[in-house]
Amino acid sequence: MCNRRLLCLGAAALACVIAFMTIGLRGNIGFVLSLRAAKLAALLQVSVSIAVSTVIFQTVTNNRILTPSIMGLDALYLFGQMLLVFMLGGLGYAALDSQLKFGGEVLVLMALATGLLLPMLRRRTDMELMLLAGIIFGVLFRSLHSLLARLVDPNDFAVAQGASFANFNNVRTDLLIFAAVLTLMGAVIAWRARHVLDVVALGADAATGLGVTWSKTVTGLLALVSALVAVSTALVGPVAFMGLLVAALAERLADTRRHAILIPAAISTAIIILVGGQTLFQHVFGNSSTLGVVIEFVGGLVFLFLLVLGSRK
Amino acid sequence: MSTAAVKQSPLTGWIAGLVLAILFVLSLFTGVDELPFGRVLSDGRGIELVLVSRLPRTLAAILAGASLAIAGLIMQTLARNRYVEPSTAGTAQSAELGILLVTLLWPAANLLTKGLIASAAALIGTSLFLATAHRLPPTQPFLVPLFGLVYGGVIGAAVTFVAWQADLLQYLSIWTNGDFSGVLRGRYELLWLGALMVVFAWFIADRLTIMTLGRDASIGLGIDYRRMLQLGLVIVSVISALSVVIVGVIPFVGLVVPNIVSRLMGDNLRGTLPAVAASGAVLVLGCDILGRLIRHPYEVPVGTVMGCVGGLIFLWLLFRRPSDV
Amino acid sequence: MIRIENVSLRHGSAEILHDISLTIPKGGITALIGPNGAGKSSLLSLIARLQPLQSGTISIDGFPVDTTPNRDLARIIAILRQDSIVASRLRVRELVGFSRFPHSRGRLTAEDRVVIDQSLQQFDLADLADRFIDTLSGGQRQRALVAMAFAQATDYLLLDEPLNNLDMYFARDLMRSLRRIADENGKTVVIVLHDINQAGAYADRIIAMKAGRIAADGSPAELLRPEILQAIFGFRMEVADMGGTPVVLHFR
Repeated sequence: MCNRRLLCLGAAALACVIAFMTIGLRGNIGFVLSLRAAKLAALLQVSVSIAVSTVIFQTVTNNRILTPSIMGLDALYLFGQMLLVFMLGGLGYAALDSQLKFGGEVLVLMALATGLLLPMLRRRTDMELMLLAGIIFGVLFRSLHSLLARLVDPNDFAVAQGASFANFNNVRTDLLIFAAVLTLMGAVIAWRARHVLDVVALGADAATGLGVTWSKTVTGLLALVSALVAVSTALVGPVAFMGLLVAALAERLADTRRHAILIPAAISTAIIILVGGQTLFQHVFGNSSTLGVVIEFVGGLVFLFLLVLGSRK
Repeated sequence: MSTAAVKQSPLTGWIAGLVLAILFVLSLFTGVDELPFGRVLSDGRGIELVLVSRLPRTLAAILAGASLAIAGLIMQTLARNRYVEPSTAGTAQSAELGILLVTLLWPAANLLTKGLIASAAALIGTSLFLATAHRLPPTQPFLVPLFGLVYGGVIGAAVTFVAWQADLLQYLSIWTNGDFSGVLRGRYELLWLGALMVVFAWFIADRLTIMTLGRDASIGLGIDYRRMLQLGLVIVSVISALSVVIVGVIPFVGLVVPNIVSRLMGDNLRGTLPAVAASGAVLVLGCDILGRLIRHPYEVPVGTVMGCVGGLIFLWLLFRRPSDV
Repeated sequence: MIRIENVSLRHGSAEILHDISLTIPKGGITALIGPNGAGKSSLLSLIARLQPLQSGTISIDGFPVDTTPNRDLARIIAILRQDSIVASRLRVRELVGFSRFPHSRGRLTAEDRVVIDQSLQQFDLADLADRFIDTLSGGQRQRALVAMAFAQATDYLLLDEPLNNLDMYFARDLMRSLRRIADENGKTVVIVLHDINQAGAYADRIIAMKAGRIAADGSPAELLRPEILQAIFGFRMEVADMGGTPVVLHFR
């Protein structure tokens, strides 16, 4: 039963991909196709990294309304990026190879995220407190980011603007290869850990009883999550509620928490939303740049719905 | 210990007042143009600068800070939750939506009209938040602010979407990030209306304190709970809408100031209201001065400075060990 | 006199109160007893206009509770709800002081202060008067809330399980204080009690409720009998007589 649902999801995702590549082809077909392929590659990576990171994060924190972005991880990435610019100096930093920079940023985020989140996860008694703290972290990092941005270049008002929402239209294609390696690695690790994740979902005590070294496993998983968040944020910018939307939908569509099913289901759902949505907005509404905002809106509503529903139990 | 705490209460207010006076003077002499103290009286241009720009800016910061802190205090009273304030409960975002719609549909409207419509929008948005917040279980105090933050985020996304479609994103940033650098004589006076609201809040301070005891206790003491709720909503909406229209969103003021004053002085609003107002003014004016100095002669908007300072204070409030026994 | 006529209350499909008619004359202590969910608290909050009436009428001294201005009612009737949570950082004296709001609208007169001090004395709170409520123990907090209801100085006092969190000493103390204000000042006390023996020892009249109806009504001696108690609570318990006071051995 589950598998049939998964197959349907996969087929729908594939249909979205084909539609994205073929609808409205005109002019120099070879050129357009290669352009679209690059963008598709980016969107697929973003889908995979958001889906996998959110599912793992929810499993580790044992909470359905927590996602890396809600805990301020993407804001933290942007802050870390700006911190590097600030410390290394704007010009010297800009001259560096973009892939090398990206690698540095990923490492900075992994260090910052595990450093900040691990102590909080130790006291995971109070979920609402963590959530609230996470959202405040988000606001704080965004403010620190724009503060640093103004210190680096006081005349550049655009920096702070660009950090506030995702744009799926201008993806950073220069990072594609490096990001692809990271995403693929992340996906493979997550897939191989799917049975461990099922155990981790039972909680620290049960997992330890079943022979999982809790702190080591959780640290590793958090590092993986932050690397994936870095990939999606670097490629398109922050997407606060996308992960939540994907995880919530995937769990309902696949009707299971087993990671062997859930992870592919979440990836397919993300592809349907992102690639399908992009196709829709490009060809039907003629304005693809607002997809990020719309996902934000719908995802936020889903979050509120889950919150009110959850508190009624 | 108890008698010391009682005696300490007025002291907190006096200290806040003194610091405010110092910051007031400091603010008049801080800015892009150098203005040495001696030149103010001797040089006509100096007086002109103070009267047209520096004084209005300083007063705007004081008025906005004081009234936003009070708005936060009242919001916390209405929601019976210490962790909410207008910018985290959809009030500020609803006001933005209101201004945006006026700007789109009636570009010629003056500031007062914009303020009124923004207030109306804020009132609707906040009422909706409160109606839902009162249904959430009171045993989980962090659920309400969480709901408010995301609720504000959803309205914010709607605002961004409309602004994007209408190509008004540039305008939007004026309202979403508080900044006093554009304040001149003739463009901030509406904020005095916020000050009026603060005075009004002081008159109903006892009733507001009783409301913190809950609906049942309030009715038991003969208070018209629903009327007071509506009255409080109007005060909160008008204050936050006006400050959004004139200077833009300044986060965290309404959150951290009432919480700190409550720790020092308790929650008897008749006694603490003046201290909350004074401390709010100190915080906002202080952050504005900091924003002017940090990268002189360029300016960092007060919204950004407050996002850092206020965020840190708030996290500290959240994670401090519950002490006072 | 509290007059209740044909009062019913529903929450969705659940019927909380079924056609209650009852008269509580002025003066004396009336205890409401009954199993959980019998509708005692709902009845109390309807009398105190904390919930809107759905059907029937309730009047206190001739004032209908649904149309009389709230402020006037607050000078006639005071209520202490079960499990009142005080989240505000108020000092004990400030909290008790707010009970004078219906009388002085926030500006305390010399007379108000006398009442507040008496109430603080009465419940042994004088030493705690300048402490913040959130630093008190559960029992001390409960005493502060009772003192607040006392200081409202109304003719009618409604108390919903006020003995919660109180130790034996203060439970006895509170019941004796209630007895005294009923006898000496002619106050009317309506109190929901879980401890049937407190009701037997201090109340003039006991009203037993079950499933939204009045199951029995009478003096302690009339009501505290094994067969009546079995009908109300569903199990048999012996009743002993201790010098004129019936004592229910409900724990055996």
